[in-house]
Amino acid sequence: MNRVRGILVLLIAVIVFSSVINPQFLLAYNLQNILRWTGLFGILSIGAGLVIITGGIDLSIGSVVGIAGTTMAMWVGATGMSPGIAFLLAIGLSVGIGFAQGLLITKLRLQPFIVTLCGLLILRGVSRYVTGDATQGFGSKHLWLRNLASESPISIPIPGIGPIAIPWPFILLIILAIIAGIFLNRSVYGRHLLALGRNEEATRISGVNTQAIIIATYVISATLAGFGGILFALDINSVQPSGHGEFYELYAIAAAVLGGCSLRGGEGTILGMVIGTAIIRVLYNAINVLGIATQLEYAVIGAVILLGVIADELVRRMGARRAAKRVEAQ
Amino acid sequence: MASQESSGGKWNRKWKLTNSILQVIDISKNFPGVKALDKVSLTLSPGETLAVIGENGAGKSTLMKILAGEQQPDSGTILLDGAAVQIDSVRTAAEKGIALIHQELNLAENLDIAANIFLGHEARQMGVLLNRQSMNVETEELLKRIGLDRSPKMVVESLSPGEKQMVEIAKALRSDARILIMDEPSSSLSQHETDRLYELIADLKQHGVSVIYISHRLGEVSRVADRVVALRDGKNAGELPKEGITHGAMVKLMVGRELGEIFPARVHEGEKPMLEVRDFEVAGGRPVSFAVRAGEIVGLAGLVGAGRTELVRGLFGVDPVRCGEIRIDGKPVQVRSPKDAIRSGIALVPEDRKLQGLILEMAVRENLTMAGLDHYETALLIDRKKERESCKGIVEKYGIRTPSLDQQVQYLSGGNQQKVVLAKWLSLSPKVLLLDEPTRGVDVGAKQEIYRLIEQLADQGVATLMISSEMQEILGMSDRILVMWNRGLAGELSRAEATEEAVMFLATGKEAA
Repeated sequence: MNRVRGILVLLIAVIVFSSVINPQFLLAYNLQNILRWTGLFGILSIGAGLVIITGGIDLSIGSVVGIAGTTMAMWVGATGMSPGIAFLLAIGLSVGIGFAQGLLITKLRLQPFIVTLCGLLILRGVSRYVTGDATQGFGSKHLWLRNLASESPISIPIPGIGPIAIPWPFILLIILAIIAGIFLNRSVYGRHLLALGRNEEATRISGVNTQAIIIATYVISATLAGFGGILFALDINSVQPSGHGEFYELYAIAAAVLGGCSLRGGEGTILGMVIGTAIIRVLYNAINVLGIATQLEYAVIGAVILLGVIADELVRRMGARRAAKRVEAQ
Repeated sequence: MASQESSGGKWNRKWKLTNSILQVIDISKNFPGVKALDKVSLTLSPGETLAVIGENGAGKSTLMKILAGEQQPDSGTILLDGAAVQIDSVRTAAEKGIALIHQELNLAENLDIAANIFLGHEARQMGVLLNRQSMNVETEELLKRIGLDRSPKMVVESLSPGEKQMVEIAKALRSDARILIMDEPSSSLSQHETDRLYELIADLKQHGVSVIYISHRLGEVSRVADRVVALRDGKNAGELPKEGITHGAMVKLMVGRELGEIFPARVHEGEKPMLEVRDFEVAGGRPVSFAVRAGEIVGLAGLVGAGRTELVRGLFGVDPVRCGEIRIDGKPVQVRSPKDAIRSGIALVPEDRKLQGLILEMAVRENLTMAGLDHYETALLIDRKKERESCKGIVEKYGIRTPSLDQQVQYLSGGNQQKVVLAKWLSLSPKVLLLDEPTRGVDVGAKQEIYRLIEQLADQGVATLMISSEMQEILGMSDRILVMWNRGLAGELSRAEATEEAVMFLATGKEAA
């Protein structure tokens, strides 16, 4: 929990810094925007983070976002399929992708980096081919569906700022995060997941079917990516097969790592992943609001993530030293 | 060094008086949770072969790593030729003529012999390019000197373990090492290769090279050593001059007490076969058949590579099995995974607790319940209160010393870590207990506790199959000993028949005959 506290401080620092420099940062409209984007990207980060906990990596997230978003939009917009069926098909497709990648990683013992890198390339190509690279959209139909990505069902009055409408994607993220948090911290499978990320051999010898858990994790990651991809598509209503979700895996991975997931595996919290996402979204927003040259966008985000990870590593080492001393004192 | 020799009387006298090339004075080293070395001292004369003996965890390897510059002592002094030195890196050690040959060989397997010997000291031409020609020539000379008949261009991967060892030695000689430290050099060598190693040590001696030889194979020690220094629990435990090196004297120094005090005296009387194994064949092994009765402790002896670990891993479903039948308590069982094995009432305490037994970064509590977590599951979630209560009981019962249940196991001492592994499995109340080197790397006190624990379980009717490479442990604990050689069973010895010689005779197969 210490580490979550650390990045929470970082998030608050960035928010305070931004609002002091430019009070417009605190406008309700601006904050709602940040919440919406945090919601959309946070869903991806949870999947990326869970895979990182297994000690693997999922580079295909952005392309799964792409293929789920484009096919859903194509089926509903161009072929007139009912949105419910299209949704189930697109999610089913994502599940299948995750399952296939999981099988390759566990049964054939291929490296996750390679498998999901190939997934990234293949899925992007397929999305572009089946749509003929044409932009897809839902048109003006199914407004209720599109509201799912853009509307805000509740609003919370905040003194000094006014009422802030909480957008659907953020609410969905909170629901998913709570489920994922309970799964990771309180369930037998979550415990096994954390254990196998640290030491798969010891976990397997403890009678755990580690391969099944790893496959399930890639399925979860792809499913969340597919779900996120559909929300993104609904939100913008103009899905470009070549660009929809491109590089999103990198934001998701960066958010998870910033949120305390170690690429060595076995470490990470759902709350951390959510806060990590929020930091990246706030930074993005701050760059615009503060009038920093947008060309510096990537540089600023990269530098903040790097600083966060360095601070985290230093704190971790101090903690380890203290723990060692405690045992010695015994 | 020249300055000291010329600096006159005082230094010279002292140097001659001690006549030592190396003096280690009161070296101490602490690791998290372990006092690895506590004021250890030793001296080494030019051309002397000094054996450092001690049980696992006695501090031998740490001491040698300090001499080789891989680790820094917390306190103490090292004198080389009478002058205090700081060995702050491997490079410094090499410059001062100290070379360590690791137990696990440190060779780049994909490179050829010459490349390995010159690694980090490559001969160059035109500043950046490798001068293969000169390196090959020099390597050939080195190989000739140590009697290894291989081309310098041969890839290390394709050499036998013994030959790799020779390459390591050649590497040390290239840097003109005056002090050669060998850490368990014979552990992976054949008899023939070991003989050649002795010849080489004798030859090095002729050239004035001093050797520190670390081994717990006492037979070897008495063959090569000019003097023996024993360590116990990180402290000096005593010294033996050449004429005093006997098996009994060495054991007494290492263990610090007579064997009878360590091993429980017990009489076993069980008849019902609990574990029956028939025509059981693991990949790369030969078929084996045997049985372990309820309450019986059967030792599984053999040399490294005899196939003991592979056998128990196969029995536990960790690695795939070719064919064979397992019966537990008379009923045939299918074991395709560790999960199946646990369900059938088998438990395995694996060989390497850090890699296979524990999840080091997780809490004591999480490790204790890892193998039986479903017992704590209610409504899809872990009942944390129940888990905590149960772990409290386990920690108390098995005498695990930890500041709290949430302490990461990596910070516990070796003995306590091993107790966590044992407790994790024993709390499942297994019918069959497979132990693979159950006391490796734990101190004598913890060893005794572990022995008592195994004995208690046997008294409760658990069938135990125990692998151990420590002869005293196998002889002291087992009701019966199965000996493996060349991936199959070589024979069986009753408690009355079991002697070190009888075990070694079977364990070395036809080589001994």
